[in-house]
Amino acid sequence: MSDQQLRVSKIEDGTVIDHITGGQALNVLTILEITGRAGVPVSVVMHVPSDHLSTKDIVKIEGRELSEAEVDVLSLIAPSATINIIRDYEVVDKRRVTRPDRVIGVLHCPNPNCISTKDEPVESNFEVLDDAVRCAYCDTIVRDDIAALIDDA
Amino acid sequence: MRHEDIISAKQLSRADIEGVLDRAAEIAADPAAVADRHANALLGLCFFEPSTRTKMSFAAAIKRLGGDVVDMGTVESSSVKKGESLADTVRVVEGYADALVLRHPMEGSAQMASEFVDVPLINAGDGAGQHPTQTLLDLYTIREAAGLDDVSIGIVGDLKYGRTVHSLAHALTNFDATQHFVSPESLQLPRKVRYDLHEAGATIREHTDLDAIVPEVDVLYMTRIQEERFPDESEYREVAGEYRIDTTTLAAAADDLTVMHPLPRVDEIAPEIDDTDHAAYFEQAHNGVPVRMALLDLLLEAQS
Repeated sequence: MSDQQLRVSKIEDGTVIDHITGGQALNVLTILEITGRAGVPVSVVMHVPSDHLSTKDIVKIEGRELSEAEVDVLSLIAPSATINIIRDYEVVDKRRVTRPDRVIGVLHCPNPNCISTKDEPVESNFEVLDDAVRCAYCDTIVRDDIAALIDDA
Repeated sequence: MRHEDIISAKQLSRADIEGVLDRAAEIAADPAAVADRHANALLGLCFFEPSTRTKMSFAAAIKRLGGDVVDMGTVESSSVKKGESLADTVRVVEGYADALVLRHPMEGSAQMASEFVDVPLINAGDGAGQHPTQTLLDLYTIREAAGLDDVSIGIVGDLKYGRTVHSLAHALTNFDATQHFVSPESLQLPRKVRYDLHEAGATIREHTDLDAIVPEVDVLYMTRIQEERFPDESEYREVAGEYRIDTTTLAAAADDLTVMHPLPRVDEIAPEIDDTDHAAYFEQAHNGVPVRMALLDLLLEAQS
């Protein structure tokens, strides 16, 4: 058995997120609101060699299938990720992430003078550009380190 | 007008702008013709920041259309002081008025507020964001002085925090205008405005030397370096007073150069300019009334 197989042994039911940009696995967990306190088995492998990426991360979540909305948001920080839905040890669905037009309630605006950062009854709202995200309230554009904007990151 | 809320100059097409300016010109030519056009209409004024020109010109505009204002007053005398959210404030005032005018120090405040009310909401300045009605009166003034196509405009001063600059720059992309931006490097246009100008294919030039562009432009749009927008006072002191024009500065200007300023000015324009044919800033401020009358007329008409 190879090192790779040892790191990513099969799960019975759940989701395997593969080809995550190296170093982003913990941010993926944050997006999925996986804190480790729910008692659900989660495996995280970081910075393993990849044919397509220089290194990649892998996250395996047992007993949970991701929604389309969750997959959309993952695309912001892991545009090359693939989602494998596992049932009874078999891959029953495999798809790539797609970038949504908009993400709501996931990121916080880095502009401290943006109304969305204040105590108002609104969710954050970002337009997804080709290579960035843009706050729908103050227009601030963020290209680098979008993961740092993930709420509670 | 296609839009019932006026949040950003970005939403205004050339046709929108020309519709408002044409209507404003009609009103300016015969204000008596619209004296009772919106009798009983009430305009809600929600100003969370000090304002002289914008607030008074909106009040004058609705009154000259036969309507009146309900004014929440200063922040210190309102429920905001008790911790009320902006969303709650506008929802309350919405019940008293046919349209709302909002000025607020936070960027995006007008967009957010518009999501909570059903009456038209007009952004009268949201922090360092946008000030679209100032832009409409600026464009009216530019059109009167130099036309809006084949025109070269120097925009000078606080380009980073200046909401009037951001709005004007967006709106000018609808026309064949060359925009020369002059500022200290620390106050250059923010990334978000550059992005939109690039997307719109705008013709822009950036400079740090004001003297270099004076002979080239038809309009010189001066702005105040706004101490209140700087997070750090020392940063403000480094650039305050950097750009000032006087008769010496304008010696190389074209005879028909138009000098504008959204006001208030501090020391960007020497008083000696006031009596020259270049000065258009007081006329610019006066144009706020017919332009805002036109805008209110179009918005209220669309509501009825």
